[in-house]
Amino acid sequence: MIKNKSSESKTLQGSIAIAETICSLEPGVIGAYPITPQTHIVEHLAKLTEEGLLKGKYIIADSEFSAASILFGAAAAGVRSYSASSSQGLLLMTEVIFNMAGTRLPGVFSAVNRSLSPPINIQVDHQDSMTLRDSGVIQLYVENIQEAVDTHIQIYKVAEDPEVLLPAMVCMDGWIISHAYEPVTLWQKELVQDFVGTFDPPYKVDPLKPLTYGALADDDKITEFKCMTDQALRKSADKITETAEQFRDLFGNYYGGLVEKYKTEDAEIVFVAMGSIVATLKVAIDMLRKKGRKVGLLKIRSFRPFPVNAIKEVLRETNLAIVIDRSFSNSAGGILGTEIKASLYGSNKPFVINYIAGIGGREIYPQTAFDMLKEADEMLEKGKIPSEAIFYNLNMQMMGG
Amino acid sequence: MKLNIGGITEAGLSKNNLTGSWRYHFPTINPELCNTCGLCELFCPDSCVHETKNTITVKEEYCKGCGICAKECHRNAITMIPEGEKQND
Repeated sequence: MIKNKSSESKTLQGSIAIAETICSLEPGVIGAYPITPQTHIVEHLAKLTEEGLLKGKYIIADSEFSAASILFGAAAAGVRSYSASSSQGLLLMTEVIFNMAGTRLPGVFSAVNRSLSPPINIQVDHQDSMTLRDSGVIQLYVENIQEAVDTHIQIYKVAEDPEVLLPAMVCMDGWIISHAYEPVTLWQKELVQDFVGTFDPPYKVDPLKPLTYGALADDDKITEFKCMTDQALRKSADKITETAEQFRDLFGNYYGGLVEKYKTEDAEIVFVAMGSIVATLKVAIDMLRKKGRKVGLLKIRSFRPFPVNAIKEVLRETNLAIVIDRSFSNSAGGILGTEIKASLYGSNKPFVINYIAGIGGREIYPQTAFDMLKEADEMLEKGKIPSEAIFYNLNMQMMGG
Repeated sequence: MKLNIGGITEAGLSKNNLTGSWRYHFPTINPELCNTCGLCELFCPDSCVHETKNTITVKEEYCKGCGICAKECHRNAITMIPEGEKQND
């Protein structure tokens, strides 16, 4: 394990730590739309470019669509690339991200999670990145700044793997991870680059050897093409697990591969969540354990690829899963909750209660988990577990009800 | 047939796709008005209008009959004639 002297620990803001990490990975191209919704990640990368610390081409785009298209072009030319966005900006990238996944071009995006308009709200929830879930993009959700730093390094290795070749996204909660300060270790450039390796795609845009990108495929082949993207995303699951383990062996930090199990071994009730609330829930779990409650936590680190087997393995051993969603599909319930229920189809256990909470930055405290648990206890006692998702702590009066 | 990942394939394959069958109207050029300025060639989205030896020719097997060449011609030298009404038919 390398706890190298030249790798430095500092107290840094999340966005700055990410920009410094990206700088150490030396992407050849950065596509940046610098205006809201954006964080100071790309601002700091601009500064590093100006200071000559970042040698890559920093291209300012006229929209997030163009910023993502710059990544498409870079990847097609065999160049490592990076961009960051949030909220509506991610939605504007959507078409390009589908295109990158279908054309099998890797590029890394930081998705700094923020609520979607309207009404305008710049706080955290997961609706923006979750809306991209069907594109073929890899999505890893992180809990704190150090995990965000380490996951950016890991995800390049996964996305650029010849068996994967897909766009990838590190989803990090707006404000709580992007703007907060935490002690964080930034790794030495040589170590990081050695770990990630070089990007060597099977095809490259070359005027002397022209190729067709974006060809037509009729109904006789299109299902097969789409299925190949699906297979690549499934394949990335092994790579995410392996890469996380290799990272642990070299750098000493480990956050789980696809999921992290926190005190789930003997747990009767397991909370399921993603992002920064995982850290809050760990505190809540510890407090509940002290009171003798057999509770645990399943952190979903990889939402895409979706870790069906890991979910089954943990949750089938418990009586109740409380899934906390920071996004939802209108009229269908929490997105994570819906998929967890689908992956448990056919098994008698556990019951699943799906809460939609923490929308638009509405705070989730340890007390929130205690209150949810209390409600769940009552539901279990009455034997009435609602099949539909519950909007947590709704103010019915505001809605005129 | 094994598919290449990402649908990336050899260049120039669109030549195999004869899009002329899509056409309802064919661009007919009046040589008395045409000064072979080449605007039609420039604007043709399928690169099937060509200027050679001071005459404009249209590749019938690819022209979809979109009419952009006729619209762009400053001398109104191109008329879109419905298929079946061409003079040489």
